[in-house]
Amino acid sequence: MTLSVTIRHARPSFDLDVAFESTGRLTALFGPSGCGKTTTINVIAGLLRPTLAKVTVNGTVFADTARGDWLQAHQRRVGYVFQDARLLPHLTVRQNLRYGQWFTPPALRYADEAAIVAMLDLSALLQRRPEQLSGGEKQRIAIGRALLQSPRLLLMDEPLASLDEARKQEILPYIERLRDEGQIPIIYVSHAVDEVARLATDVVLMAKGRVVEAGTVQNIMPTLAAAGDELGHDAGTLLKMRVARHDTENDLTILASNGDELRIAGHLASTSDDIRIHIRAADVMLATAKPIGLSALNIFDGVVETMTNTGGPSVDVMIRSGSMNIAARITRFSAKRLAITPGKRVYAIIKAMSVRHPSAPQNRKTEAAG
Amino acid sequence: MEWFALSPEEWNAVGLSVKVATVAMVASLPLAVAMAMLLARTDFWGKSLLNGVVHLPLVLPPVVTGYLLLLTFGKRGLIGSFLAENFGLVFSFRWTGAALACGIMGFPLMVRAIRLSIEAVDRKLEDAASTLGASPFWVFATVTLPLVLPGIIAGMILSFAKAMGEFGATITFVSNIPGETQTLPSAIYTYTQVPGGDANALRLTAVSVVISLAALITSEVLARRIAHRVVANRVVE
Repeated sequence: MTLSVTIRHARPSFDLDVAFESTGRLTALFGPSGCGKTTTINVIAGLLRPTLAKVTVNGTVFADTARGDWLQAHQRRVGYVFQDARLLPHLTVRQNLRYGQWFTPPALRYADEAAIVAMLDLSALLQRRPEQLSGGEKQRIAIGRALLQSPRLLLMDEPLASLDEARKQEILPYIERLRDEGQIPIIYVSHAVDEVARLATDVVLMAKGRVVEAGTVQNIMPTLAAAGDELGHDAGTLLKMRVARHDTENDLTILASNGDELRIAGHLASTSDDIRIHIRAADVMLATAKPIGLSALNIFDGVVETMTNTGGPSVDVMIRSGSMNIAARITRFSAKRLAITPGKRVYAIIKAMSVRHPSAPQNRKTEAAG
Repeated sequence: MEWFALSPEEWNAVGLSVKVATVAMVASLPLAVAMAMLLARTDFWGKSLLNGVVHLPLVLPPVVTGYLLLLTFGKRGLIGSFLAENFGLVFSFRWTGAALACGIMGFPLMVRAIRLSIEAVDRKLEDAASTLGASPFWVFATVTLPLVLPGIIAGMILSFAKAMGEFGATITFVSNIPGETQTLPSAIYTYTQVPGGDANALRLTAVSVVISLAALITSEVLARRIAHRVVANRVVE
């Protein structure tokens, strides 16, 4: 699977100039709002014709404006999941699902309706109308609708942004399954670090209409964490770990990396793949003495490496513990009171409940179900 | 109810009115949808002028519209003679002429209702449909048109009601021939001009009120049924 995109689009207020290639199963376009992510995928979808574009997907030329080639949106067979599901309000769920399939020539149809309905848990919704659905249900149907048209490429534009945390957790596992089943490449637009860290195989980091960096998620991870920091939210630590064992009695999963262990809540299915864990800096507590009588399950002793003033009331502290670097965001007041300075020995405390790998509680349910 | 029994001539006028209004409404519908799409979705040189011409029948005295029709669609008119020679379609002093006059008088109302409805359609839904493989024609047929349906129905009813009441342009263009061009308003007018015609005029007036009310109620029921489907969930989303 190869994807090659070059776009130049000049507008009075905004100038987009991006080029990237990806062979990944899920390529995340990551960057702050207004950096041109949505414009980029609108060009890939054929909804927007820019000044210059060259878009090739698995050898199919979608656009090569230098040669005057431009496939219309309806000729591209690109599945597009919008931030606002955009279900057709005058059709039922079933009619919405089959809408794109109907336009796909029979010879090109590979999507299995029964399998998609089952994967997205849609069977109970088929007779309903869009106005009777929750945001999460709408988004699942939008995903199903895009898949049922047997697309060559799936575009997802912040599909979780308009949903609350619970609904996000409801959708995320489905997107992971799409990625892992690997039938078609996915381009996923997001400005949330934990989503990108969890889902992406490849990342294109964007800012102000330009590509800042592109590559596999492993290579981009340090930049990604810093970028999240710049965005002012979701700053934190990205750790690559693997499932070491399960504590079934207490419903915990123990992750390991180079001798360090991290306990997280819930049963996370063990895979040979590395698991990417995102720990929000604001979720990490610091103590100057080893705490006792504490509910938090993960206590790492380490040394303060750097301290960065965020400009606000908080300060970001980088702690080195064994092979791990952990970021903690604490108030300036606490830093002063505890006299935290570079070189000081501290304990970083991470609650098992606050580690963000949301499939942990979900997987158990899926496994029990079948 | 004895007094209410209509004479054959009066039934003729009622039947003719309904026929003329229906034909005027149905025949102008596709043109009105096309014109509304043109005015709502495209930008071109002279658009304001076209918009003005479409709305002209609304502001011109109906007699003027009727006279202009007589000049262009009459037997010796440019378009009238062409249509009569090539298609055998004669408008002057025929019920078809009454339908033409009514259609033109109702056209701006119909275009306006449909245009407003088109402008209210969420273009993002059309984008979504095109990424799902629908060509511009299919986007129009399966997304735009269904979403515009309440406006189309409103426009049809306005056009029908206008046609039922049209008098000035019709009588100027096709005169007042019983059985051919004498519609309800013409018939009522005729009765008011003859001594002792009051009762007749009143009966036809009652018929006119009943038909107009029925048309309005039908449209209301239809529009509500469709709006429930279409508009309600647009608000939710």
